[in-house]
Amino acid sequence: MDMQLAVLVDGIIYASWLFLIAVGLTLIYGVMNILNIAHGALYALGAYAAASFGGFWFSQGYPPLGSYGALVLAAIVVGLVMGPLIERGLLRFMYGRDEIILLLVTYALFLILEDVIKLIWGVSPYIISQPYGLLGIVELGGLIYPVYSFVLIGVTILVGVLLAWALQGTRHGKLLRVVIHDRELSQTLGIDVRRYYLATFTLGTMLAALGGALTAPTVSVVPAMGVEVIVLAFAVVVVGGLGSLPGAALGALIVGLLRSAAVHYVPALELFAIYFVMAMVLIIRPRGLFAGEQARTI
Amino acid sequence: MNTDKRTPLLLLSSLLALLAVGPLLPEWQFLATLALGKGLVVLGLLLLLRTGLVSFGQGLYYCLGGYAAGVMGHYWGVTDATLLLLAAALVSGVAAAVLGLLLARYRAIFFAMLSLALSMILYGLLAKSQTLGSTDGFNLAPPTLLGFPLAGYEGRYALYSLACVLAFLAALGLHYYFRTPLGRLATAIRDNEIRVEYLGASVRGAVHVKYTIAGVLAGLGGALTGMTVGHIDPEMAYWTTSGEFVFIAILSGTGSVAAPFLGSFIYELVRTFAYEYSPNTWQLALGAVMLLIIVFLPAGLWSLFRRRQGGAA
Amino acid sequence: MKVRLGFTLAALGLAASTALAQGPEPYRIGVVTFLSGAAAGPFGVPARYGAEVTAEALNAGTVPAPYQTKGIGGRPIELIFIDEAGGTTKQVSEYRNLVQRQKVDAVIGYISSGDCLAVAPVAEELQKLTILFDCGTPRIFEDGNYKYVFRTGPTGTVDSVAAALYVTGTMPEATKIAGINQNYAWGHDSWNDFEAAMKRLKPDVQVVTSQMPKFLAGQYGAEISALIASGADVVHSSFWGGDMEAFVLQAAPRGLFQRSKVVLTTGETGLHKLGTQIPEGTIIGARGPFGPFAPDTELNRWLVRAYSERHKEPPTYPAYKMSQALLGLKAAYEKAQAANGGQAPSQDQVIEAFEHLEYEGPGGTVRMALGNGHQAVMETAYGEVKHENGKAVVVNVRRYTAEQVNPPDGMQSAAWIKNDLKPVQ
Repeated sequence: MDMQLAVLVDGIIYASWLFLIAVGLTLIYGVMNILNIAHGALYALGAYAAASFGGFWFSQGYPPLGSYGALVLAAIVVGLVMGPLIERGLLRFMYGRDEIILLLVTYALFLILEDVIKLIWGVSPYIISQPYGLLGIVELGGLIYPVYSFVLIGVTILVGVLLAWALQGTRHGKLLRVVIHDRELSQTLGIDVRRYYLATFTLGTMLAALGGALTAPTVSVVPAMGVEVIVLAFAVVVVGGLGSLPGAALGALIVGLLRSAAVHYVPALELFAIYFVMAMVLIIRPRGLFAGEQARTI
Repeated sequence: MNTDKRTPLLLLSSLLALLAVGPLLPEWQFLATLALGKGLVVLGLLLLLRTGLVSFGQGLYYCLGGYAAGVMGHYWGVTDATLLLLAAALVSGVAAAVLGLLLARYRAIFFAMLSLALSMILYGLLAKSQTLGSTDGFNLAPPTLLGFPLAGYEGRYALYSLACVLAFLAALGLHYYFRTPLGRLATAIRDNEIRVEYLGASVRGAVHVKYTIAGVLAGLGGALTGMTVGHIDPEMAYWTTSGEFVFIAILSGTGSVAAPFLGSFIYELVRTFAYEYSPNTWQLALGAVMLLIIVFLPAGLWSLFRRRQGGAA
Repeated sequence: MKVRLGFTLAALGLAASTALAQGPEPYRIGVVTFLSGAAAGPFGVPARYGAEVTAEALNAGTVPAPYQTKGIGGRPIELIFIDEAGGTTKQVSEYRNLVQRQKVDAVIGYISSGDCLAVAPVAEELQKLTILFDCGTPRIFEDGNYKYVFRTGPTGTVDSVAAALYVTGTMPEATKIAGINQNYAWGHDSWNDFEAAMKRLKPDVQVVTSQMPKFLAGQYGAEISALIASGADVVHSSFWGGDMEAFVLQAAPRGLFQRSKVVLTTGETGLHKLGTQIPEGTIIGARGPFGPFAPDTELNRWLVRAYSERHKEPPTYPAYKMSQALLGLKAAYEKAQAANGGQAPSQDQVIEAFEHLEYEGPGGTVRMALGNGHQAVMETAYGEVKHENGKAVVVNVRRYTAEQVNPPDGMQSAAWIKNDLKPVQ
């Protein structure tokens, strides 16, 4: 059995999952300067919605392969409902207030959403594992992997590429970058900042929910599943550089590979791996790997 | 300023009122002592907040303080509360002074994140340490004061009184600190660091001192909590604990050195009633109250008092 | 009387509230279990249901003998629920609240060992009868000596020791062992006890890997690879709840269960939800003689029937353990009452009656044999999963007497495993 190969494959699978759960967080931070703690709850909401949609799909006896559509649809629905609700209903009243206040607003939101999820779905686990096994398995270096894990890598790359293209290659993306760079200037240029904020938050929510929806088949959907995800996503995003898309990708890859190596070679270190990486990167590059120089407060 | 002179009086009258009310409400003393312990940590955060910094890792010092007291008692049989508090202040102060060398370079969200990461590393170390009980932690023997055990009706009141006096001294100390040149630098740094440097002051040095003071206060809060609860565990260093402190700090507002204690009291009350009356949805209740305060009292709970004072003037 | 907005009255229904109005003074019990967070689904809420079902049946007098008398000593039971989430500081705070402000007669609760350790000295200080129903750490009565604290559930040591006995008894040729346990006290203790018991029973045993992922990690891809690569004969896991289920869902398609014998010490809680997704041959436990391991008695049939009628699924071990705690309290109280000439006994008399008490629960006989009569011992059992008609059932059950899996009173578990644990064929 090839140990290095296993480290690499496990690391990349884990990294793709990390990127998926972190990308929405970095997007929202990049555009709106909100470190969204509710991200974890939205991830859980996506997982629960996917369990319900997927469960319905299978209970109706529809073709099993279509269940992947049900998972993605669940994420889209959560994004379209929760994104505007939170942004229009709460966050827009908070713009201009301190970054930390916004962070705490999303923390309160996280607490509320956790209980809302409990009120809707109860505390019993939901299991929607069929999509995980549906695509079969592959053998790689003496180890068996579900094809689903590799599909997840593909989806992650697709999401990354689409987002990069949307930001760099489209008119809206270019205007959004103007908004990111200078909110006031873009307003004077006649850009409707509010719309970009709404769209960004909705997309970010959708990505959080997508992370949850695609994770759902691999886990038991339970309360508090979003708690751990927040810290992981933060760590990835901080390592890569807050608000940076390639940063999130690199952060996910570093954390994923290091964790995988720790598990295979020194399992005792696993608990520390992620915080250690985070602290080390911050010590060496205080703003994360991919962040540009920022002007100091004048 | 007028309020500057009023603050020590306010603190002293609060202290006397708390000491007087304590024996009448023995069933609330525990909660009040906890709130005072948390208030100490939040007081340190207030100092940082006024400097424009938010630490999401005060749990690090809170935990160190708790463990300093716990290890002293558990392994060396020291039970005197003042010695335990001194040890906690010393350990957390030294740790904060060392880590402050590093953290003083950081600002904004990066300061918050690095402090969080450091705190989580301590959590990981303690969770690994089987001799210290791993995540289950260990129990503290009841502390003593001048040889008298702080247990039972009188003992509990004595512990509560000790917490009141400690909180009073810390708040008063910070109040006077804010009036020294170094203390005044806090808001100046928050508003414009470069200007402070041009004035010939060392921003990094000032931040370092403030961070160390905040660490000592958090350590004292941790030791006090450990002695009151009778148990310590690594959860004290977990990010949710630190997050709670930041939350209380924001709820309290930075208007006065008394605000952290008021905020902690109200937070503990809201929390305990949420547990009692909505055991299934206390998180929702807590979150909703927090949101309402943030939305309607942007300067924190303290602004309720401010507004009244302002109206009178 | 204060109007309670909580769940209590709604759950107990009219029966309790009419009793409040006229009959004897209610016996108020604070019940602390996880109502939110990761432990709510697998443990906290089934335990709450167990408490409700048992208390209602006791109030109605429908529990089989010897518990057919109403309430506790004729007093209707009133339950006050508190969420165990939030950590030890909050739990100590809420415990004091229950005793000092809510004036309960007794507290039953605590799933987390940390909470049990923290609450026990406070129970002594406030002198309030407190029954720990689920937490596992043997440190409670091995490091401490309590008058007011009882634990009616077996310790966690039992789970690891019985697992080792089952493994060595059924697979004498197995020499390579591996573990995957959560990186916190429960996982550490479970693995340390299992490893020590295996080494005692079979000195040539070799640990090939011990994985300790973070609690709630959720993704175990790399750990599963490492376990498969280790070539272990036996994989031990004390994972519980969502972590255990996720581990099974992720490891099963990758063939871990074919390559190694997997022992899930808390597997029973997932038996109903996971069903046939737990591969055949997996060794599972229920932390005592509960659920599928419970003896076929009138009391067990009653609990299964009453619980399933209400909640559409059979009770899992937390429900058994909660029911067992309530019945133990009733047994002790009524024993004290009888000794007191039928008068309401004092708390000290109840405690005296509780010490060294032997009573029947839905999981069989409970003997308060350790910790000077404060810690329960029971027989325990492990078995293998088999798929039958689309359901997962437990076969090849092996039972172990309390003496085979517990140290004698006064001896530390760790030392006992190391020096005195005896193999069982």
